[in-house]
Amino acid sequence: MKSELSRNGTNHYENVACPFCGILCDDLDIGPSGDGLKVLKNGCSKSVAGFERPLSEPKPQVDGKDVSLDEAINAAARLIKESRLPIFGGLGTDVDGVRAAIALAEKGGGVVDHALSEAQYRNFRVLQNSGWVLTTLTEARNRADLFIVAGSEIHKLHPRFFERVVCNEASMFSDNPAKRTVVFLGEGLDQSAVSGKRIGEVVTIPAKADRIAEILDAMRAMNKGGKISGDTIAGLPRGVIEDLLARCKAASYGVIIWAPPSLSFANADLTVQAISEFVKEINLTSRFAGLSLGGNDGATSAGAVCSWQSGYPLRISFASGKPDYDPERYSATKLLAAKEADLLLWLSSFSNEIAPPETDATLIFLGAPGIKSPRTPKVYIPIGTPGVDHAGTMVRVDNVVSLPLRRLRESKLPSAANVLEKIEAAL
Amino acid sequence: MLIKLTGGKIYDPANGVDGEVRDIFIENGRIVSPDPNAKIAHEYAVHGKVIMAGGIDPHSHIGGGKMTIARMMLPEDHMHDTVARTDLTRAGVGHAVPSTMLTGYRYAEMGYTAAFEPAMLPANARQAHMEMADTSIIDKGAFVMLGSDDFFLRQLAGKKDFSAIKDYIAWTMHAAQAIAVKVVNPGGISAFKFNQRKLDLNEKHVYYGVTPRDIIVTLARGLKELGVVHPLHIHGCNLGVPGGYETTLETIKGAEGLPIHLTHIQFHSYGTEGDLKFSSAAAPIAEAVNANKNVSCDVGQVMFGQTCTASGDSMRQFVTSRSATPKKWVVMDIECDAGCGVVPFKYRDKSFVNALQWAIGLELFLLINDPWRLFLTTDHPNGGPFTWYPHLIRLLMDKAFRNDMMQKINPDALKYSTLASLDREYTLYEIAIMTRAGPARSLGLKDRGHLGIGACADITVYDDNPDREAMFTTPELLFKNGELIVRNGKIIKVVNGATHVARPSYDQSIVKSLKPYFEDYHTVRMDNFRLADDEIINGGRGSLIIQPTGARAA
Repeated sequence: MKSELSRNGTNHYENVACPFCGILCDDLDIGPSGDGLKVLKNGCSKSVAGFERPLSEPKPQVDGKDVSLDEAINAAARLIKESRLPIFGGLGTDVDGVRAAIALAEKGGGVVDHALSEAQYRNFRVLQNSGWVLTTLTEARNRADLFIVAGSEIHKLHPRFFERVVCNEASMFSDNPAKRTVVFLGEGLDQSAVSGKRIGEVVTIPAKADRIAEILDAMRAMNKGGKISGDTIAGLPRGVIEDLLARCKAASYGVIIWAPPSLSFANADLTVQAISEFVKEINLTSRFAGLSLGGNDGATSAGAVCSWQSGYPLRISFASGKPDYDPERYSATKLLAAKEADLLLWLSSFSNEIAPPETDATLIFLGAPGIKSPRTPKVYIPIGTPGVDHAGTMVRVDNVVSLPLRRLRESKLPSAANVLEKIEAAL
Repeated sequence: MLIKLTGGKIYDPANGVDGEVRDIFIENGRIVSPDPNAKIAHEYAVHGKVIMAGGIDPHSHIGGGKMTIARMMLPEDHMHDTVARTDLTRAGVGHAVPSTMLTGYRYAEMGYTAAFEPAMLPANARQAHMEMADTSIIDKGAFVMLGSDDFFLRQLAGKKDFSAIKDYIAWTMHAAQAIAVKVVNPGGISAFKFNQRKLDLNEKHVYYGVTPRDIIVTLARGLKELGVVHPLHIHGCNLGVPGGYETTLETIKGAEGLPIHLTHIQFHSYGTEGDLKFSSAAAPIAEAVNANKNVSCDVGQVMFGQTCTASGDSMRQFVTSRSATPKKWVVMDIECDAGCGVVPFKYRDKSFVNALQWAIGLELFLLINDPWRLFLTTDHPNGGPFTWYPHLIRLLMDKAFRNDMMQKINPDALKYSTLASLDREYTLYEIAIMTRAGPARSLGLKDRGHLGIGACADITVYDDNPDREAMFTTPELLFKNGELIVRNGKIIKVVNGATHVARPSYDQSIVKSLKPYFEDYHTVRMDNFRLADDEIINGGRGSLIIQPTGARAA
């Protein structure tokens, strides 16, 4: 990581990894600008918003009043100790932050969950039920000749995904790679980023999001030689679906992309399962893979670390001392709504949207300055952002690659891990 | 502080010590020969106890993406074995794919002080090391996977200068912080991405035009010339295929005398005799291993019960997925680098095939003569969880027990195996070789796996119980770096183990080809692909031990 160059007497960083969405682009150039940082190369709306968030270093607070860090830590520890069932939620942090949150949850006898786990569970349920065939970003970038975007608003979640994985001109396997077909399976999906020399046909199939599963199931049945009656499938002319199946079968390496956060309708895990079962089926004769995106705000890191340390992907309770897993019961949202939990420790250091939820439970908020709580927390401890204020590591959305994050500026903000470890020690 | 273990029976094969009664002295984490007048700070009376170096598992899937996929996938397996935190130890789950901290505890409780992750993908190395960092107490290390990664295949197909290939191997070992190199279904993981469904040893990869044999010989020779101590760790072609033993024999022949390690050889020793066209070919495999001193192997013993197979071999795991129990599985194509397949599996003693797999593994143990070239593994968790080791040791040491177990399995399986005719019983000395001295020597761990002066004081003390399963399940004492960690099978102190790596030299010019390769094709920059030492040390949570390599030849 010796790409730190001195330019005009200040630090200029190359090959910086960006923690502000799940695909963790690591080709950014970042330099100083006034008191803050500026994305100089390979930025996007999310990285600009994140890296260029002005540095502020507010004091920790208890009941809205400034206190020292130690006082805030002691207050937090006392509240956790007194709590009947604390939730350690949000978890918008890096690997070390999640490690420390789990250790604290164990000792404090609480529940562990991530702010975006409702979306993650659209995938986890499928993994725990039937599994899948998946690919990763570099593999898709070089190999795919067909991309199908299934009902997901990818460009909004990952502003550089198409640029880096779909529209890239070079391919490892040919100096003159074939043009790619991109199918948007869904209504009104943003196609604006799909352009350039590599892109051949762009096909739009305006399926309703909650009927995509029917299309995949029908294609799977047809691929097995089954007959589908009727002129329409999921409200679309059957010829359109037959054509899509023919494209899938003809592809040398097809990739179907979905982003669980976009599939926000009831039982969307069944859509992920339909996609996955279709991909398995078509792999009996040709190659095809799924690519699940999302994983913003540290969701992938939280799921991975929690799985390797406890065995389970989030939604566990350590109330009995053992990791007790129940993805229905230990959803932080549900526990708060049912008033089963009386304390919420909310951790968020990336996007401003991951703010603490409205709740009556006692709130301890560890947040990067700029992330607002809807009400004054009982305890507020400002923390740094991994990859900006301190070094760290995060797991990319494909659950294969992880990337080192760097400290880019002088900041007094402590890391979440540091604060959580101190709270644990004070328990 | 000088510690004395008094009166134990020492089994230290690396130093030729076979059950002699001797005292052992420990100071500052090392085994020492103290001044006769030195003051003993603490004495452990271990008269009549069996003393060995800490166990070393040279092939156990303990860290990396595929294990965490397996963990996420199998809550129903964890739920039978959940463990609460204590003031000393963290909570977690056990059985087939234990959580990381618990993995370390259970190894230590079983008298082991090191385990090596054998299938670390370069692209996943950072996560593998993070998981190993969270694996308590034991030392660890990892073998980095090469041979289906596109950079290497491009080099090989492009007939690049051999020294550049060696530079790339060495660079990858540095970048991934590895101690050895493994090849999995050589070229086959890549071929599967091009829709090839099998790749025999001499069959050409449809895109690169190279064969698995080319890949094996290139990597094996490369490692030898780089001075890497552990030979190429080979998960061969045709894993689990009836008749696959012929490929294994051809692989041994095709190695041209180069040092090779054939891993989980049990899965590669299947014949095609009988009504079900599935039989043991352990005898010819053992004969070939016995005759070829350049070959070492580990068994990958199958044990009955639920487990989860997790492998880099996406091509074969896709086929195995038909037998997934429960019916769920994952196959992945990964980063122009590798692949993986995670398929839960239940080995049943009443199943003809599973019972025969069990018998074949035992036959291999009993027919291969030289324990220095044969290591005790279940290929955790592929053949079964590592917690089966004490049972497996009893099967090897106790013919009567083995006979009893044979009565329980599918009787037809024994017709296609020579197991019932084998009378060999392993000695404690041989067990110490297979579980300590042999792996340490093979991996090049210079001060591990033995009890000589200067060795790291990783020491296990067992009660000499004739029930060898009970004996090896619950060691009386375990010292790690001279500190008492386990007493009567229970953890009394938790420490962080070290990470062992090897660093063969390479010419920096390889970076000139790699940097643009990453920029043009990858989604990660070369500088970020590499794992810095500080990431493992992580403020003192971890530590690195750089094991020696030999001089590089050319």
